[in-house]
Amino acid sequence: MWESVIGLEIHVQLKTQSKIFSSASTNFGAEQNTQACAIDLGLPGVLPVLNEEAVKMAIKFGIAVGANIENNSVFARKNYFYPDLPKGYQISQYEIPIVSNGSVNIDIDKKVKKIRITRAHLEEDAGKSIHDLYENESAIDLNRAGTPLIEIVSEPDLSNAEEAVKYLKYIHSLVRYLDISDGNMQEGSFRCDANISLKKSNSSELGIRAEIKNINSFKFVEQAINYEIQRQGEILDSGKSVIQETRLFDPIRNETRSMRSKEEANDYRYFPDPDLLPVSISNSLIENIKLNMPELPNEKKERFIKQYKLTDYDTSILVLDKDLSAYYEKVLEKTSLNPKTTANWIITELLSYANKSNTGVKNYPVNFEDLASLLTYIHDGLISNKQAKIIFEKMWNNGEKPQDIIEKEGIKQISDTMEINKLVDNVIKNHYKSVEEYLAGKDKLFGFFVGEVMKESKGKANPKIVNQLLKEKLRNDK
Amino acid sequence: MEDKTLIELKTKIQNKEISSYELTKFFLNRIKKIDPKLNAFITVTENDSLKKAKKIDSEIAKGNINPLSGIPIAQKDIFCTKGIRTTCGSKMLEDFISPYDATVVEKLDKAGMIIIGKTNMDEFAMGSSNETSYFGDVKNPWNLNCVPGGSSGGSAASVAARLIPCSTGTDTGGSIRQPASLTGICGIKPTYGRVSRYGMIAFASSLDQAGIFTRTAKDCAILLSHISGYDVKDSTSSKKEVPDYYKECTKKFEKMKIGIPEEFLDGLDSKVAEVFTESINIFKSNGCEIKKISLKNSKLGVSAYQVVAPAECSSNLSRFDGVRYGFRANDVKDIDELYKKSRSQGFGDEVKRRILIGTYALSTGYYDAYYLKAQKIRTIISKEFQNAFKEVDVIIGPTAPDCAFKLGEKLNDPIAMYLSDIFTVSTNLAGLPAISIPMGFKNKLPLGLQIIGNHFDESKILSLSNHYQNLTDWHMQKPDMLGET
Repeated sequence: MWESVIGLEIHVQLKTQSKIFSSASTNFGAEQNTQACAIDLGLPGVLPVLNEEAVKMAIKFGIAVGANIENNSVFARKNYFYPDLPKGYQISQYEIPIVSNGSVNIDIDKKVKKIRITRAHLEEDAGKSIHDLYENESAIDLNRAGTPLIEIVSEPDLSNAEEAVKYLKYIHSLVRYLDISDGNMQEGSFRCDANISLKKSNSSELGIRAEIKNINSFKFVEQAINYEIQRQGEILDSGKSVIQETRLFDPIRNETRSMRSKEEANDYRYFPDPDLLPVSISNSLIENIKLNMPELPNEKKERFIKQYKLTDYDTSILVLDKDLSAYYEKVLEKTSLNPKTTANWIITELLSYANKSNTGVKNYPVNFEDLASLLTYIHDGLISNKQAKIIFEKMWNNGEKPQDIIEKEGIKQISDTMEINKLVDNVIKNHYKSVEEYLAGKDKLFGFFVGEVMKESKGKANPKIVNQLLKEKLRNDK
Repeated sequence: MEDKTLIELKTKIQNKEISSYELTKFFLNRIKKIDPKLNAFITVTENDSLKKAKKIDSEIAKGNINPLSGIPIAQKDIFCTKGIRTTCGSKMLEDFISPYDATVVEKLDKAGMIIIGKTNMDEFAMGSSNETSYFGDVKNPWNLNCVPGGSSGGSAASVAARLIPCSTGTDTGGSIRQPASLTGICGIKPTYGRVSRYGMIAFASSLDQAGIFTRTAKDCAILLSHISGYDVKDSTSSKKEVPDYYKECTKKFEKMKIGIPEEFLDGLDSKVAEVFTESINIFKSNGCEIKKISLKNSKLGVSAYQVVAPAECSSNLSRFDGVRYGFRANDVKDIDELYKKSRSQGFGDEVKRRILIGTYALSTGYYDAYYLKAQKIRTIISKEFQNAFKEVDVIIGPTAPDCAFKLGEKLNDPIAMYLSDIFTVSTNLAGLPAISIPMGFKNKLPLGLQIIGNHFDESKILSLSNHYQNLTDWHMQKPDMLGET
């Protein structure tokens, strides 16, 4: 009887060289407080200067989600005290954000669902408080303070955890396609808050919401939302009402816990930051960025389906990860195997290893050239699909080259010309009609003859010799 | 020597009639002798100044001379100075040493000037009498029982008492012009954006502007050219080219149309009105046309200012939280108590009052009624000035409603204190340049004439000031600090 209504606020760190309002580096992992300059430390008298790269990245995002790009957006101060917020306020955008009214399409149960994006605004990240370094004392690391963020706020268009995760994954994929964020969730480059409420089915009136703060993995988003839906459902079922509050997700206990109620919430006293002029963006800049947009996930998906005749399902998997789709296309360029089978190989074989070991494309122990060779061997009939799988396992685990494994493991080829000659003769004899067609100009059939010879040899014939002999014989027949 | 102008000292140094060391030593001695009566300095950098003077002397000997080489200057203690503590007149920053120089400081250093010390000021520039300073009141050199005005009281008093030929100041609602008026010297607040605010501890960012105290308009012009200009570190600084103000203001005087807002004369003190009328007559008989104008909304200025300035200050002063630098209270249980105690003990009453007012004005439910409305009034005031400048070149009036008042007289009456800025705040709200120059006396206390120009019309107001100073000698009057006369 309850329907859940979910909206996400996604915080994405932008991969600019320097911070949004200072020239300090944004590199992750440096020694504490070595990447914070006078401006990041909030020393008396310092002033922020806007990093134009961050603005361009926000524009790129806005274009990608078909949003309105504001020509004169305004930075505002969000005032609150926190030890890792050096100025006592965060520079953010409030009334006039840089990006508004966009949307993305996600696939839900084979249907396309449009998720509206209310706004995306630029802001600075805070530092980090560290509580476990010293006894009875807290430490502050301001390296992260001033790292540029865009906060992407969706409308409450998501109906359940699955949709929320799909949307989140899509945005994650998108910012990586746009090359505006590394999307690294462990390092906090991509994290989100979820607003969840329940309403009566068939009612248009929204229920009271709880906001779950700072969730930094897809799995946790799913768990937190599901926990929250159940918690609120139980409260409502018992006739009580949900309290508007901010909650934290505890992944160890798999539950959300109250952080502060509405009454305890800060009054942020937003007002336009007098240190910064409105962000003036010309239409020509927007047009210029538009002209240089990279291919977006949805565009790539359409192209893959058209160009490689892949299924919708396979394509979705390949394009979600920008690096994976690039890997796939590089393998394709080198291998003789067809796109469809190549895609199958990547999705079923390679990805099962990658997912098991949680390895990103950049760290695959098998480079695209080796995989391409392996697949070409299959294509040439040098090895069977089954043999290939065994070889691949060794390639993944030991980083060996496929030809080395084949040689070492004695997956022997028949290179005896006499023996192969016999096989070739048999194939020509048994497929006389095809030979006629071939001779009449259907050149594509050559591969078929090679395949047949390989089959006869149980994959062991040396494809080079097979090729050579077949060419000679068929030419003689001409 | 103390009566020499900046221009005269510049010539003396360049002609090698005096060394920078001698000059610096001379003013340090004067500070030693006289400042105990005035309390104009929070920090005097005797050793560093003399060291620097020696270095500059050796550079001069080698022929490396900069435009203002070897001339000492006092910096208002609101400008961050690398290696010299910058207190902003507050216990909060009593021991704060900045790791960097403010752009103004850097520019004057490049021009060859020597910092002789940091001058006293109202705490965080909040005040009109220099009585809110954690480092004690500054006395008016003309009458030690009177205030020098504020917030740049120390900078003004030190120039008036000839402890230094020139000093820097900042003006958020009149903090340069009002003390210049009360101490009988020249003080200019340039157009908002003319001078970089980088390194100037912020009070109200959209109103704050750095400026100069000297005794003559010409000296003012020289220094202003040196501190002005675009700064990549301040996004609100202007890219407009900086004229040679000295050249501009000493050109043959061209006839000007001077506007006098009738509202400035309404209920004005009769002596102030009399002195002001004399000034008008001087302009009238010396090539200027006087035109009565109306700035009927300027009376809303103080109210709008008292919302905008506290609102911005409530946010600007949040960084003083006892966490990273500055004063930190002892014996605290947790972070909330650290904030509360450090800020309660580190800030004085006037600062706290303004933080409270500003916090209130920005709060949910009050923002529209206060902050937004004040911003609208600001726009109305700006437009009114723009209309006025279609008819006149400059606008003049008394800088302050009266001469210097007694120490303690207005300290417990914030409203009366805020009204000292009645003629000065609207130019800050509109971002306009304005200068105060001496125009006479009341009860042996100086009175100032304010000349307001349109945006970036510093040349015009300096030119009119120079014209006036060529016709009068009010700026030559001198308080009798050592009982010499």
